[in-house]
Amino acid sequence: MAYNAYSLKEVASKPERLAPGHRMCAGCGSTVAVRAVMRALRPEDKAVVTLATSCLEVSTMTYPYTSWEDSYIHTAFENAAATTSGVVAGYAAKKNKGKLDETYKFITFGGDGGTYDIGFQSLSGAMERGTDMVYVCYDNEAYMNTGIQRSSSTPMYADTTTSAVGVDSVGKPQYKKDLTAIMAAHRIPYVAQTTFLGNFKDLHHKAETAIYTEGPAFLNVMAPCPRGWRYEEADLMDICKAAVETCVWPLFEVVEGEWILNYEPKNKLPVTEYLKLQGRFKHLFKPENAVLLERIQDDVDRRWEELRLRAGAL
Amino acid sequence: MSKRGRMSGNEAVALAIRQIDPDVIAAFPITPSTEIPQFVSRFKADGLISTEFITVESEHSAMSACIGAEATGVRAMTATSSAGMALMYEVLYVAASDRLPIVLAAVNRALTGPININAEHSDSMGARDSGWIQIYSENAQEAYDNMLMAHRIGEHPDVMLPVMICQDGFITSHAIENILTEDDAKVKAFVGTYEPEHHLLDPNRSVAIGPYGVSPYVFELKRAQAYAMEQAKGVILSVAKDFEKEFGRSYGFFEEYRMDDAEFAVLLMGSAAGTGKVAVDRLRGRGVKAGLVKLRSFRPFPAEALAEALGGKNKNLKSLAVMDRSEGFGGFGGPLGAEIRAALFGRTNGLKVVNIIYGLGGRDIRVEDFEDLYKELDAMQGMEARDIPYVRYLGQREI
Repeated sequence: MAYNAYSLKEVASKPERLAPGHRMCAGCGSTVAVRAVMRALRPEDKAVVTLATSCLEVSTMTYPYTSWEDSYIHTAFENAAATTSGVVAGYAAKKNKGKLDETYKFITFGGDGGTYDIGFQSLSGAMERGTDMVYVCYDNEAYMNTGIQRSSSTPMYADTTTSAVGVDSVGKPQYKKDLTAIMAAHRIPYVAQTTFLGNFKDLHHKAETAIYTEGPAFLNVMAPCPRGWRYEEADLMDICKAAVETCVWPLFEVVEGEWILNYEPKNKLPVTEYLKLQGRFKHLFKPENAVLLERIQDDVDRRWEELRLRAGAL
Repeated sequence: MSKRGRMSGNEAVALAIRQIDPDVIAAFPITPSTEIPQFVSRFKADGLISTEFITVESEHSAMSACIGAEATGVRAMTATSSAGMALMYEVLYVAASDRLPIVLAAVNRALTGPININAEHSDSMGARDSGWIQIYSENAQEAYDNMLMAHRIGEHPDVMLPVMICQDGFITSHAIENILTEDDAKVKAFVGTYEPEHHLLDPNRSVAIGPYGVSPYVFELKRAQAYAMEQAKGVILSVAKDFEKEFGRSYGFFEEYRMDDAEFAVLLMGSAAGTGKVAVDRLRGRGVKAGLVKLRSFRPFPAEALAEALGGKNKNLKSLAVMDRSEGFGGFGGPLGAEIRAALFGRTNGLKVVNIIYGLGGRDIRVEDFEDLYKELDAMQGMEARDIPYVRYLGQREI
């Protein structure tokens, strides 16, 4: 794949568009995702940011303070994409009537609860209508803002406060929904899945492509949560790397319908290398739960092979 | 020059929309308001409007998109009915709290339970505390006129609140009436332009809309909203005055029909007022001093003006029926009945009041029903107040 010349030092030296001083947790993936996405904006371009109700929303825009350098709107939990549809239409109206010279980009952030679940319809609608916007899901695989409840993004057997592990339960019984593929099925120009790796080149490239592709774009960014996943703050990057090296969270793009696999590990690691880093999967390592680990591995293998097939790597 | 034209309430509202040419419309089909977005699509296809038309996938998204659009400093409108408005409830509050003067064409229809597509006010009554201005129309003419006034009211700097213009489903929305319409240019000039001070697309100043409100601020914010609603009262009247000067038709908080020396009156909103007026005329022909009050502005609620009209200045009025096209399960009548009673409490001298629930699920109310009701009001004169039921149902078959 042809990445533009990229230097982390260079992009990281741009003025931050999410100012420090917000109330997000140390070791949280959400703000890492936001800053990385916002760095892909050209400095001369303005943005309107929409947030779904989320940790990110309540912690970065607590009246009378805001961490956002750009204009910002929040309306509710399930309607971030629809809200952005309106903002984009307002922008189009002003542009068409010659009332605005500046170029604006429209970036929406939602957690997995606000994206996979309650905001799914609104997102699907906005994408289907061809809204010129980027929707970024920061996927931390549960409703973290309300206290770690399971979502349709929560992986199988994870321990959450509404899929509690106990003598009669091994955690969430269902598979994780494959939202990135569902978004690709909307036949929008750009869909990508990424997370935090090394020098952030993959995330930067995808954010830049998403922002500067005309029409709707969807980014799914794995963004771990130290409280919900139960890891030490400093381990954030190791967890993301393990997710990619085990193929739990493959890096890929769907560009105008073409599936592109961005990374194939030379030695695909067993899924336990990812699971063992997180307290939410601790119960799986009891001897009697070995079969559950096998099931997770089987599912990861199946999804990985499906993805390789789609991307023409098989 | 005004023109005569035959059209339905939906067509009249659509005509107003074409003349206003709002920047953005986001809407979702639901009977009986569906025709309004259909007309918008037609206007766009025929190059008659410059509106960005967002064909959303739900009413929740329609209102959400209106919020997003209006927040960019442009005009956004939508239309809905019944369950569609119920689906919007959550975000109706957000629109009002964000002080975004969105205009909604409400075509009143019963809320589901069971599903029914006919006229009732249960949909907009559920939104009565959402912070929206609510103006009710008797007929297509009023739906048109109220729509022409809506932006002027909501966008006034002292107000900055969203406005819903209500008309009765089918009875008004689909019946063809002979109405007066105004020239495009005159309408445009009357409605004016919208240039809000704060919006998302100000290149010189970023703004944040819809923040998390912590307890030290939320109470004051809501108080400011309540104050704006209070300010809206004066604006509603001054816009009506301008409207009359420009187009010749007169409006206020409510219309008093043959109330000067009335001894018996009904108070209601919407299309049934037309039927009631015919009954009043018939009764007057027989020497019965009947009158009618049609409330136009339900939010803000003109409590003082109503108390003055029904008690303070009208010494002859002996009994009053307040009519609700909406049930208030487990309360003691409908919302209008409860609020009128509260407004009159301690301000009238012995006025006997009964609350009438009528027309649920589109049940027809006839001139004869009103005539019977006035007979009842006559009989109420001789009754002790404690013997008068709080609420009665009119037009319901015995079960």
